[in-house]
Amino acid sequence: MRIYVTSVLVDDQAKALDFSTRVLGFTMKNDVPVGEHRWLTVVSPEDPGGTELLHEPGAHPAVPPYKTALVEDGIPATSFKVANLDSEHERLRSLGFSFTQKPMDAGPVRMAVLDDTSGNLIQLVQLNAD
Amino acid sequence: MQYFYCILASVIDDELDRIFKALGDPARRRIIDRLRERPDQSLFEICAHFFAENGMTLSRQAVTQHLDVLQRAGLVSVEWSGRTKLHSLDPGLLREAVDLWLRHHL
Repeated sequence: MRIYVTSVLVDDQAKALDFSTRVLGFTMKNDVPVGEHRWLTVVSPEDPGGTELLHEPGAHPAVPPYKTALVEDGIPATSFKVANLDSEHERLRSLGFSFTQKPMDAGPVRMAVLDDTSGNLIQLVQLNAD
Repeated sequence: MQYFYCILASVIDDELDRIFKALGDPARRRIIDRLRERPDQSLFEICAHFFAENGMTLSRQAVTQHLDVLQRAGLVSVEWSGRTKLHSLDPGLLREAVDLWLRHHL
């Protein structure tokens, strides 16, 4: 068994795709129309055959209160690994994106929490062992 | 007048109770220490600090309850950054507790 896809619930799929590709640098892998929405996935260019990130539409009524509660407590929806957290933090901040948590050391990792502008927080992690 | 001072004393005692009870727990003292080093922390960040300091692992629910106690005592204040709640230390009441009672014994 393998985890081939993992998902984030997004407010607007087109906007989320733009953020994932243009800002985070991921590559679009699948874009299949599903009714009014899309099966919309991206992969990391560092691992094109790896796990896909699905931009799941957040239209279900349970989604808004769930996302709001997580964001209120600063809890990330998912986590991405970066080679250099401080330079990523600086780059994203200079592009005007905001962090709810500045880079901090937490045991074996250094981490920060980014607002993805699609209603989620994303944890960025640098593994000290790398 | 006597009555007024009794009321005042009981108000002060209530406040001192809340402050010293809030301080009477190692996890809450650690939260105060961390917030002094770095203000404006979300619940997630406060939990991450506990996780990073291997000695203490607390559930988010437990940290939420500790933060409620600290907030009710007036020792921790909350501000919103967008839609995220950030916690900071509010040392004003702590100083007041020292001035109102503790100082007389130092």
